[in-house]
Amino acid sequence: MTFSFSHLTSALALAAGLAVAPMMAHAAESDGIVVYNAQHETLTQAWADGFTKETGIKVTIRNGSDMQFANQIVQEGAASPADVYLTENSPGMALVDANKLFAPVDAATLAQVPETFKAADGNWVGVAARSTVFAYDKTKLKEADLPKSLLDLADPKWKGRWGASPAGADFQAIVSALLELKGEDATRAWLKAMKENASFYKGNSVAMKAVNAGETEGAVIYHYYWFGDQAKTGENSKNVSLHYFKNQDPGAFVSISGGGVLASSQHQKEAQAFLKWITGKGGQAVLRDGNSFEYAVGNGEASNPKLVPLSDLQAPKVEPSKLNSKKVTDLMTEAGLI
Amino acid sequence: MRMPPLTAAPRSRVRHASVVALASIVALLSLVPLGFIVWITIDTGWTEVAALVFRSRVGDLLVNTVLLEVCTIPLSILLAVTLAWLTERTDIPGARLWSWLAAAPLAVPAFVHSYAWVSLVPSMRGLWSGVLVSVLAYFPFLYLPVAAALRRLDPAIEDAAASLGLGPWRVFFRAILPQLRLAICGGSLLIGLHLLAEYGLYVMIRFDTFSTAIVDQFQSAYNSPAANMLGGVLVFCCLLMLGIEVLARGNERYARIGSGAARPADRRRLGWFVVPAVALPIVTAALTLGVPFVTLARWLYLGGADVWRIDTVGSALLQTILLAIAGGLLATIAATPMAWLSVRAPGRLQRILEACHYYVGSLPGVVVALALVSITVRLILPLYQTFATLLLAYVLLFLPRAMVGLRASIAQAPVELERAAMALGRTPAQAVRQITMRLAAPGFAASVALVALGITNELTATLMLSPNGTETLATKFWSLTSEIDYVSAAPYAFMMVVLSLPLTLLLYVQSKRTAGQ
Repeated sequence: MTFSFSHLTSALALAAGLAVAPMMAHAAESDGIVVYNAQHETLTQAWADGFTKETGIKVTIRNGSDMQFANQIVQEGAASPADVYLTENSPGMALVDANKLFAPVDAATLAQVPETFKAADGNWVGVAARSTVFAYDKTKLKEADLPKSLLDLADPKWKGRWGASPAGADFQAIVSALLELKGEDATRAWLKAMKENASFYKGNSVAMKAVNAGETEGAVIYHYYWFGDQAKTGENSKNVSLHYFKNQDPGAFVSISGGGVLASSQHQKEAQAFLKWITGKGGQAVLRDGNSFEYAVGNGEASNPKLVPLSDLQAPKVEPSKLNSKKVTDLMTEAGLI
Repeated sequence: MRMPPLTAAPRSRVRHASVVALASIVALLSLVPLGFIVWITIDTGWTEVAALVFRSRVGDLLVNTVLLEVCTIPLSILLAVTLAWLTERTDIPGARLWSWLAAAPLAVPAFVHSYAWVSLVPSMRGLWSGVLVSVLAYFPFLYLPVAAALRRLDPAIEDAAASLGLGPWRVFFRAILPQLRLAICGGSLLIGLHLLAEYGLYVMIRFDTFSTAIVDQFQSAYNSPAANMLGGVLVFCCLLMLGIEVLARGNERYARIGSGAARPADRRRLGWFVVPAVALPIVTAALTLGVPFVTLARWLYLGGADVWRIDTVGSALLQTILLAIAGGLLATIAATPMAWLSVRAPGRLQRILEACHYYVGSLPGVVVALALVSITVRLILPLYQTFATLLLAYVLLFLPRAMVGLRASIAQAPVELERAAMALGRTPAQAVRQITMRLAAPGFAASVALVALGITNELTATLMLSPNGTETLATKFWSLTSEIDYVSAAPYAFMMVVLSLPLTLLLYVQSKRTAGQ
């Protein structure tokens, strides 16, 4: 055996070096900003690339989900490594805001977005929006068979016929809107019926795929999964149509994706610049021209022309800061959905 | 030459004491996740714990988990024992090739297996799909030890059974199978624990287990009591499984009694039976290797050159390799004191310490990660989201793997040589370093490789603990498959398989080599 002890020691030194090297590399990156990203990774990456190209400020992205990050930021408190928090929905923003962990968003940034798409206290701002839809199998269901309201899906006649992704922030945001609009008892009853009636999927795109494959007749998801798939191969949505509930129904809920700067951030200026960029011309153009198919929310900014216009959706009025995430996860845990 | 006495001399007791101290530190660290769960249970209070544990969702998960275990393990045993018997004890043509192919599925991470199946049959979901993919991904954990055991069985026992008038089948069931008991129990335990811990495989196949439910809770509420209580139930399941294995293993002796060495067993002639016999390994290889490779090849072909982006694929590859090597070395170093003690100074204390080392590796990554997230964010913020914490998680999760290679090779280094060195004037430390460590170096390397293989394919702990900006092959693959972007995910899966191949090879060779022990 020729392996000598000095080899072993050098191996150990190498190990220590290897363990340290990435940390050093990491330390060097701390000039830029850290974004806790619960938005779709590809969209935020496109935003970050555009922003870095224009300003030279580096963006490090950590990916996760809305409520995971919201609760995480609350626990991290003043020590949070995050500078910016981006979500798909607003309940996560509301939770962080309720814990007073946001710095006020710059007035210039707030001015880029209309009143309905930002927090009343100005501590976070909408960056994009998405509409709830009932994605259904058009080979099986006709217009007349469709549910008039989200609440209809609690009816026993829908047993085994619809699906959703209950563990996802998207669906939980819809439930929080339901809670805000119809109250706790109605929501509890609806969730209980859902546990009986629905099939459960991991992720909205998976739920849509199941509808397409004929496994279930419909799914409560957001609109853009369908548009995104249609823009690519259409392989997962060729049998699927979208039904918009409209009429201020809880099922017509339009969810606001939000962005905020953490009060604890050591890079306030850069972080504020990032929010300003994504809500401004450059960032909103990514929504219009890219493949994310989320609604643009900037003043006078156009959304992707393929989408049903935001103004036609007849969304219910829900004050985003009132959406209660803790209550929602508790109710869903109680119903056995998560 | 006069040898030092066999009872421990005062000098060597001092030496033991420092090694015991080192091993105890590692053992204490390994108690941290369990201690955390106990603490959080007490902290949460009985009423809330009861509300979180005794609810229908936990019941559903428990049913799922039990069904998964009871269906997967017997099927894996059946497949592994049949294949092992065919490749080791019959004249099946191409035995060596089939034996390679039976071990090779280990090079494909479990969640890549399910990715392959789901893209081939998009409607796959639920228990039976979970069982199928689990058997295909994990049966080599049974095949390797069973084949090794079959190889070293003393044919004299079978001859004796045959001479007493038993037919071939009865010889197999009454003389051979009982001697495989240790290998079967060990392999089944390993598979059983993997089934409890696996996350990616079951998410993709849409089958809820405790691991997937804990991650759901984590993503909905971070480190909530609900997630930690699910973790507690999961730990309980793991301990239960360890207990069952101890009972099933029994304490019969299986070693050859008396002097001499067993001759190699004769290979049984298959005759006309050779056709179905060859069909089995072919079908198995087609399902375990053919499906992943065809699917991967198809996605890679569809993606073309565009998906091979050097900036993202290259950086994920580099980070994975760095983490795997650093974690492999650290885990092996951490396991060294214990491995040495367990060979050189067996005793009650050693058994307790060793149990600590082994139990922690049986905990699912998601439980260890959740504990470390909660502890660092609440108590030791400087360690929060650092490589130090991630590497600690890897060390804890893969301690048993590191022990395996080390123990065997330290056991092969005769203590007499160490003593001779001391008699010639070396200090005990020098003797260990210059004799035992050198002789154990191949085992050290094997341990590093085994741990590195684990880290390359690790998903949940990396997702939950890694510092900002970390992207390994596994996490990158995962985020892309979550967006159903199977094409872009393919290069990452391919790289994981490529990295795992040499390590799987090593595992295979190692199992052949240790067959004599």
